[in-house]
This record gives sequence, C-alpha cells and structure tokens, in this order.
Amino acid sequence: MSASISQPTGPDTPGGKALRRTIISMVGWIGCGIGLCLVIFPLLDIVGVVTVNGLAALNWDLFTKNTGGAALGMRNAIEGTFIITIFAMAIAVPIGVGAGIYLCEYGKNKTGSTIRFLSDVLTGTPSVVLGYFSYIVFIISFGWGFSLAAAAITIAILIVPYLARITELALTQVPNTMREAAFALGSNDATVVFKVVLPAASSGVITGALLALAISVGETAPLIYTAGWSDYAWSGKFTHSPVAYLTYVIWTFIDQPDAHSHALAYAAAFIVMMVVLAINIGVRLTVKRSVR
Amino acid sequence: MKLRPFRTAVLGLSLLIPAALVAVVLFLVIYSGQAMAFNGFHFLTDVTWNLGDLYNDPVTVKGIQVPSGAEYGILAFIAGTLASSFLAIIIAVPLSIGTAIFLAEAVPELERSARRTIPWLPPIRPVLAMLVELVAVVPSVVFGLWGIAVLIPFLGHHISPTGNGYGLLAASIVLALMITPIIASTLYDALSQVPKENRESAFALGSTHFEVVTKAMMPMVRATLIGGVVLALGRALGETMAVLMVSGGGINILPTSLFSPISTIASFIVSQLDSAESDPTNMAVRALSEIALVLFLITLAVNAAAKLLSSGALNVRKH
Repeated sequence: MSASISQPTGPDTPGGKALRRTIISMVGWIGCGIGLCLVIFPLLDIVGVVTVNGLAALNWDLFTKNTGGAALGMRNAIEGTFIITIFAMAIAVPIGVGAGIYLCEYGKNKTGSTIRFLSDVLTGTPSVVLGYFSYIVFIISFGWGFSLAAAAITIAILIVPYLARITELALTQVPNTMREAAFALGSNDATVVFKVVLPAASSGVITGALLALAISVGETAPLIYTAGWSDYAWSGKFTHSPVAYLTYVIWTFIDQPDAHSHALAYAAAFIVMMVVLAINIGVRLTVKRSVR
Repeated sequence: MKLRPFRTAVLGLSLLIPAALVAVVLFLVIYSGQAMAFNGFHFLTDVTWNLGDLYNDPVTVKGIQVPSGAEYGILAFIAGTLASSFLAIIIAVPLSIGTAIFLAEAVPELERSARRTIPWLPPIRPVLAMLVELVAVVPSVVFGLWGIAVLIPFLGHHISPTGNGYGLLAASIVLALMITPIIASTLYDALSQVPKENRESAFALGSTHFEVVTKAMMPMVRATLIGGVVLALGRALGETMAVLMVSGGGINILPTSLFSPISTIASFIVSQLDSAESDPTNMAVRALSEIALVLFLITLAVNAAAKLLSSGALNVRKH
C-alpha cells in the first residue's frame, strides 16, 4: 500500500484528455465517499434516535413494573428475554462447541464437509421459517402452547450453526504441535481437547458464544410463533405458559397511538441495541480479525 | 478398530445440526401435504389469499376439510418479495461498491496526508470499517423502528405522491441498508487481497489512482462481488421484521408502483399468526406451512448459487 497518486501528465498525454481523466477520477472518488456516508449515516442516525428517545424513556418503573394493567414498565419483557437467552445458550453452547470440536479435530473428511455444508444451509434459512417450524412441531403437534421451551429450542437451532463454525475456526488456530505433545505424553482424545486445545482457543470460543448471545437477544421473528406474549412475569413453567420478550415490545408498542407506548418501545430498543452493539464492538476491539 | 467414545460423542453432537435441518424440511413438507393437495399449482399463480368463512361449517373439497370459500394464492407475496429484494440490490450494489473502494483505497491515502498535519491522528480506517460492519448487526426490529420513526415520515412528506411513506420503496431502502455491509465487506476483503504487482503495474502505465481501482482491481474481484451480491440477496429474501414494519402489509394485490403496499413471504407469515390460530380446520396453518417451505426453497437456491459463485471466485483470484 505504498503507491502514491500518479499524475496523468506524461508528455504523450494530450492536455484535454488528461484533464478529463482527472475530473472523472475526482467525481468517482466523491461518489465513493458519498456511498460510504450513505451507509454510515443511517447507522449513526439509528443509534442517535434510539439513544435520545430511549434515554428519555428510561426510568425505574421499567425494571420493576410489568406491561400488564397500566403498562408502566416492561420487567416481564426484560426478564423474558433474559431467560429465553439463558436457556437457548444452555442448549446451544454444548451442542455448538461439541460440533465445532468434531469439525476441527476429526472432521477433515466427507462426513465433516457434509455437516459443514448443511450447517451453512441452516445458517442461511430465514429465521421466520425456523419459527414456523417450531410452531407446527412444538406448539401444535406436541401441544406445548406458546412457551419458554419452544422459544429456547428455536433460538438454539438458530445459533448452533454459528457456534459450531466459530468454534471450529478458533480451534483451527491452535498449533498442531500442542496436540502432538499432549498425545505423546499419553493423553487420550478427551484430555487433549479439554486440557490443551479448548483452553488455548478459549478466547475464540467465548467470542462465538457472545456473538450468539447478541443474535438471540436481537431476534424477533422466530419468537413470535413460539414464545407468544405475556403481560405478566414468567410463571416458571417450561410449557403452556407464554413468555414476554423485549423485541416484541419494540415491534408492537411503536404501532400504538399513545406516546407512553412509544416511550416503552424506544426504551426496549435502547436496551436491545446497547447489548448487541456492546457485544459486537467489544468483540471487534479485543479479538483479531482472523479468529472471526 | 479401536472404539473412541469421545469422538463418537462429538460426532453425535455435530450430527444434531443436519438432524435439525432435516427435521425442519420434513415437518414443513408433511404439514403442508394437505395444503399442496388442495391448492395444487394455483398456490403459486393465484393472487388472492382468502381464509374463507371461519364461522360456518367447513366444506369438504377433494376429501379435505376447508373453510367454505377459502383459497390460498401467494403470487402477490412472491411478487412483493422479489420486487423489494431486487430493488434493495439495485440500491445496495452501488452503495457497497463505493463504500468498499473508498475504505480500501481512498481512506489510507487521506489518512496519510492528514497525518502530515496532525501527527497524533488515531487510525481511521479500522473505525470506519467497523462502523460498516456494525450496520449488519443492528437487530432487524430496530431497523424497523427507525424506519417508522425517521424513514416513513421523510418519504411521506418529501417523496411519496400520496403522502403515505409505507410501501415497496420503504421496504427496499431498509433492506438495502441491511444488506449493504454484507456486499461491502466481501468486496473490501477482496480488494485488499489484490496482488500488489497488479496495482503497481497499472500505476506504472500512467493510470490515475481511480483508474487503477476501476480498470485493474475491480475486474479481478468481479466474481467475489457477484458472490457477495447473491449472498445478500439470500438475506434480503428472508428478512422479516423490518420489512413487516415498513411495507404497509398489502395483500391480494400485485405491486404497481414504488409506493404500493406490499407483503413479502416472510412478513406475511408473521402477520398471519392470529388467523392461523382462528381457523378450526387448521387449513390456514397448513397453507402457511407451504408458504414457509416455498421461502425455504427460494433462499436455499439463492444461497447455493452464492456458494458456487464464491468458490469459483477463489480460482479467479489465484489466476
């Protein structure tokens, strides 16, 4: 990247043509710059609008009162997003990390590449399709009703492929000599992975888990058909009991006519956006590009 | 052969991923079976989606119980999906190319000259690149909120002849913003991998910096760019919440202008939860299952095409 801007003023270049080329270049650069501004400006505007309105709406009632009744707060939604995320991660992390271990350590074969391909297909599946799948399986066929179990499983299906691929990438960075050394000392497969490879790659795996957490906090479409909505706090039951979540507040309350509902929607958007952006910025600042 | 319990265990865990995918396809197919039999090919060619009379006794057609007068046609949603996604691509491609070129080539140049006057200047390019990537992680529903709060009033007051901002154009703009980072970062990565020799030879021939980029570098990354565009198309086709919130939710009518209210397949599925619940024959749920299957197949085809194109791209880059 050490080239400097060359001026098109060679002796064989007619002056008019050189001028035209310079002008075209200038216009081109300005166009590209405008493109960049048009991409970054909406992001800054989104962050600005949500932050200004969200901060104005923040008060203690949001965290202590439910949306039910007078709709003063959204404790039920904050709590709901929290438990859905916790249970989804509890299901997805063991599966995703296990799958990542298989793909990196033993998956350099036909089975591995098939799983990798199908995992990419699952990543590319629209989340609303996954939500609808869970609706016909868990809600209708199993008769669970809108429930925490259905919501958590759906989110888990959504994030497992990400976890698997990021874990695989992280483990690939661990040098083979470390594995060989451990095997030479007589370790078995499990010891090598849990005592040597995973600790060495822990930052990458944690990164993957955090990104998965950000995805599950920000998702809406797969929850509409699985979690339902409840104006009250979670009942403690895994099935037959709908759960509230923050993104639902954003989606529905912004369409209500009153300013109070709008304030709740902005407060919910502010919390969701802060969690998602904080995780993503933190990950990008601390982890080298190669691990992602 | 020795039994390896640990390997078997992690293989078992990783097989859950294909199992989930197979289950998704299998259940959608099984559940939409009756709807397929009832709808036939009209499902894809009819514009009208009518749940029928949910309050009277259902009628039996072809041995299947359906509400009387029910017909399920998704042509309007297919049209809405394709129109909004392609319009989004048309908006996003020039934006992404500009963004990637500016980040990869102009910003380092500007940074160097700025540092001559302000030596303590912090690095700008990583910050700008991160901002572009962050656009991709903003949750869909927050984009929708911004659309309702900022974009819709703007379109309604300044652009739309009817004064109503909701519709095809709003959906396409929001989609374009959401997919631009995908194309831009793919292209940005590809541009930074163009061999130094190619750039320098172009400079040596007397090209301006902009000509180096457009005439020597862009042709080399064309395949990667197309792969990125198709990948972004796959994302746009399945995008749900933001589109649902700004598209106006038009049904049973094909879009005729930029301000026609539309529904995409994905947004329609979400908007139909209540009617699915209220149909005693369950036919609405089955028809929605069929529509979800159609969406799955479309995105599968597009993502497969993206994969093929980008695997070809690697060969091109190595020349």
